[in-house]
Amino acid sequence: MSDIKKIKDDYIDKLNTENNIDKVNNIKSELFGKNGIISNEFKKLGSISVEERKELASDLNNIKDELQNKILTKIQEIETKEINLKLEKEKIDVTLPERDIEIGKIHPVSQVIDEISSIFSEIGFSVEEGPDVENEYNNFTALNTPDNHPARDMHDTFYLDNNKELLLRTHTSPVQVRTMLKGKPPFKIIAPGRTYRSDSDQTHAPMFHQVEGLHIDKNINMGHLKGCLNYFIKEFFEVDKIKMRFRPSHFPFTEPSAEVDIGYEIKNGKIVIGEGNKWLEILGCGMVHPNVLKNVNVNPSKYQGYAFGIGIDRLGMLKYGINDLRAFFETDYRWLSHFGFDPLDVPSNYRGLSR
Amino acid sequence: MKFTIDWLKNHLDTKFNNNQIIDKLTDIGLEVESFESSTSELDTFIVAKIINAKTHPNADRLKLCDVDIGGDKTIEVVCGAPNAKNGLLTVYAPPGSIIPKNQMKLSVSKIRGVTSYGMLCSESELLLSNESDGIIDLKNNKYSNKIGEKYFKTTSEKVIDLSITPNRPDCLGVRGIARDLSAAGAGKLKINKKSNLKYRGNQNINVTIKKEKVQGCTIFGSCLIKGVTNKESPKWLKDKIKSLGQKPISAIVDITNYVMFDLNRPLHAYDADKIDNEIIVRSSSKGESFEALDNKKYILDNDMCVISDRSGVLGLGGIIGGTRSGTEYSTKNILLESAYFLPRSIRKTSKHLNIDTDAKFRFERGVDPLSIEEGLIKASELIKQICGGEISNLDVKKIENYKKTIINFDPFLFEKTTGFNVENKELIKILEKLGFNVSKNKKILKLVVPSWRPDITQSIDIVEEIVRIKGYEHINTSEPVKTRLKPTLNYYQKLFHFLQRSVASKGYLETVTWSFTDSKINQLFKENDQEIPIVNPISSDLNVLRNSIFPNLIFYLKKNLDRGFKDISLFEIGPAFKGKNPGDQLTVIGAVKAGKVSRLSWNDKERNVDTFDVKKDVIQSLCEAGIYKDDIVIDDKTPSYYHPGKSGGVYQNKNEKNALAYFGEIHPNIIKKLDIKTESLVIFEICLDYIKESKQKIKDLKSEYKFSDFQKSERDFAFIINKNFKSQELVNIIKSVDNKLIKSVRVFDVFEGENIPEGKKSIAVNVTIQSEEKTLNENDLDNINKLIISSVESKSGAKIRS
Repeated sequence: MSDIKKIKDDYIDKLNTENNIDKVNNIKSELFGKNGIISNEFKKLGSISVEERKELASDLNNIKDELQNKILTKIQEIETKEINLKLEKEKIDVTLPERDIEIGKIHPVSQVIDEISSIFSEIGFSVEEGPDVENEYNNFTALNTPDNHPARDMHDTFYLDNNKELLLRTHTSPVQVRTMLKGKPPFKIIAPGRTYRSDSDQTHAPMFHQVEGLHIDKNINMGHLKGCLNYFIKEFFEVDKIKMRFRPSHFPFTEPSAEVDIGYEIKNGKIVIGEGNKWLEILGCGMVHPNVLKNVNVNPSKYQGYAFGIGIDRLGMLKYGINDLRAFFETDYRWLSHFGFDPLDVPSNYRGLSR
Repeated sequence: MKFTIDWLKNHLDTKFNNNQIIDKLTDIGLEVESFESSTSELDTFIVAKIINAKTHPNADRLKLCDVDIGGDKTIEVVCGAPNAKNGLLTVYAPPGSIIPKNQMKLSVSKIRGVTSYGMLCSESELLLSNESDGIIDLKNNKYSNKIGEKYFKTTSEKVIDLSITPNRPDCLGVRGIARDLSAAGAGKLKINKKSNLKYRGNQNINVTIKKEKVQGCTIFGSCLIKGVTNKESPKWLKDKIKSLGQKPISAIVDITNYVMFDLNRPLHAYDADKIDNEIIVRSSSKGESFEALDNKKYILDNDMCVISDRSGVLGLGGIIGGTRSGTEYSTKNILLESAYFLPRSIRKTSKHLNIDTDAKFRFERGVDPLSIEEGLIKASELIKQICGGEISNLDVKKIENYKKTIINFDPFLFEKTTGFNVENKELIKILEKLGFNVSKNKKILKLVVPSWRPDITQSIDIVEEIVRIKGYEHINTSEPVKTRLKPTLNYYQKLFHFLQRSVASKGYLETVTWSFTDSKINQLFKENDQEIPIVNPISSDLNVLRNSIFPNLIFYLKKNLDRGFKDISLFEIGPAFKGKNPGDQLTVIGAVKAGKVSRLSWNDKERNVDTFDVKKDVIQSLCEAGIYKDDIVIDDKTPSYYHPGKSGGVYQNKNEKNALAYFGEIHPNIIKKLDIKTESLVIFEICLDYIKESKQKIKDLKSEYKFSDFQKSERDFAFIINKNFKSQELVNIIKSVDNKLIKSVRVFDVFEGENIPEGKKSIAVNVTIQSEEKTLNENDLDNINKLIISSVESKSGAKIRS
């Protein structure tokens, strides 16, 4: 028995110092192979007395377990070491650059149009469109601006023919005309889009964007107009409070007409919307003129309502601190990358208008 | 419209201070553009001190002076004055100043090789005296602490500049503004003093308003003033004229201008001795001409309203007078005109001849037709007072009587429109102060509109008057009504939104470019569309509406390449114009991609962008927008600006007539013509209008979920086939062998050259076969294999590679 114990101790010592997986496997077969040392010891058990056998078998089993465990842990130990060594060799420099990311962007005008549409959608407006090329009637005459009206001088118009019949729309208001002509009241629409005036300097571009709003129903009055615009401006600029001023003005197609100013101040060279005692004009609006309603076959004694027109580019400039209107349309890669928006940043009510 | 507070107070008794007046003006719709002192040419002259005067290196008589003009630095001025010495306080004029004596504008100049920044002035140069021997010596020590300040004190009063909307001609005169303010509670409108002017004799120059088919003048009032001495205006009048930003000319001209701005009543003064016998107001005949007071000769068309005498045209009525009958300092007798011209006629003539004058601006908007006499009297009084002379009786000829506008106004309309109520009493008071004559008939107010308000024609105009004067701040802010009448966006608007963001998410920067473009570039992309020229383009290189999105996109791509960017992806979504009528436009996405993929990559091999990059972008975007990939059919017919061999058209399904998208390399000729410097340029376009909405809604499609758990098998085939045979055809042939069992066919290799006969290619495909009913056995699979091979061979002429 002591032989066996000695053998065991020897092998434990051997295993403790052994680091080669093949050699450990050799030891395993030396001990537990068909003619292995331990296997042979077990075979001998048959030839000894029952009493002796009991004791010896128990010892032998313990020795077997101990050796097997030792072999198993040794193999695991060596394998882990080898894997770690392999992984160590495979190590790469993860600070090397990734494959190129191609980041696309949404133009600020598009983003602002989506913001505006999202806000008005919340209060039940739907989106209408109209063509960029308009006829004289829809752009002017139907909107109570006859040919001899001096208000036409305020619209420097691009014409497509010498008779001045076809033109590029100078505002989005002709969409009002189209919408009302093709449908029946009530109407509750916004119409964003491109508009054109033959005017070009630092603050004017020959093409710009407007959004038209129109709400016609039986009892819509100037209070609703104020409420609607107040809601819009607050939502758009994402401020809790907004200082806003309605000022009488004149547009041929609305009566009474108003221009709307919002309060602002300059803080650290940046414009802050909503506070302060300076005023900034941002839109024109009013109650749709009865002459316009008549022109589109809506009975002005039954229906009334408001309309407004807002410069989209200007709103975007104010909200996002863009100084130069011309830059909107100059396709400078650097400008587009900087002022553009992530395509997944879709303005919505539940996720927030802008991030 | 410019005026001073002082001038306003000639018409308005008010306790309001300046700021209150300014705020009130804005509140009632007379927008204040600015309120500041009128700038003077003399503002630039400042008090300065010579710190150090030394001799000019190249000229003994000149001195080089270091001059303190306030601030931190001194400046160097070359000066020829003998009295220029250290410590002298004098007057300095910086570059840009205009020297009163000779009206010369100073500029930075080199005097004998030394740069002089501005000038030190003598009294004579500033027209203060004839002293020209030396520069001004400001001995008085009150100037010693004023270095850097203006030498001439600004005495000019602050000027209000109003932007008057086109409907308010009455406010193009100070009195009209005062009336509006008084209605709004800012004071009391002063009553005009009764004139005690004495008239002598008759206006004996005969005036006729001729009967014409088109007569632009309906009233012509006039009087003669004999024995005047025309001269410079007195200071008060000069100041008024200057406050308008105009130059005083002579008393007579200044007076007529003054009355125009005071009462919105344009007048014209003729030198009566230069009128040939009589005045005839008539329509012009084509070809007539005259020299106007702006020193230009105008050649007239038919039917323009002219004031003429027996020798011909004297002036354009209500627009501009002529030099032939103009007043001068030597004028002794004048004929003063106060007339009414029809806005339509004025507008037509002035547009045609491109003339803009203060008189034209007013007549075009509508001058009070009942102000003829008032204007003549006010101007005559002033002329008599300043220039002397005797005034004839007033002569007023008219061919039409003024008709009053009467409006029956129901006060309920006010509340219905504005949402708030104003008591009848207050409402009537406002209207009366604005000049309305109000009488009551039960609930209805009968209103006589004042003659100076041509803009007021119906009840809604009355509502505006009341709410404007009452104040917009009284309008309530109602909570927005959230009722919805229909969905926010229709299918195409949603599609616009999806595709825009879908393309952007593929790494393209969205841009917005003009709807117009350069016809020379447009030419390259317009295909069979007609060119749509703009009659009055903003510039010659933006002279047509774009027939395609690409002209601008390529133009700006080139600009960015020239800026040094190499790998650029841009797109725009917007209109492409197909004709010049409203609606002849398509909504299109155009995208361009230039340069390389994996440029300067440490791990991937760089390569040029190619057709299959944009094909992926276009197909993926379409799929994301809801088009089924399996339905899409590609062909190789594309517009001429694409590379004919490396471009394709995308169809929503095989029966579709219009391609909804194109993709591919741009034609090399265009790259050459436009001198675009890039390694590779590929483009794609999607026409949103050609996309058809699926009849099935997404909720119907989702519920059709089907899948098979039976074993699937994959088989590879390689065919030798004609080089021009399209892989899409081959895939279709294989799929059609058994649409149920063949789940997918994937081309994984295309090969030409070695071991492949000339004019042929090898295509290898991987076919996935799976049944929804059972596990296929070897026999089933063999049968399908055989069918695939025989179908392909018989339908395409291909041979299976062994």
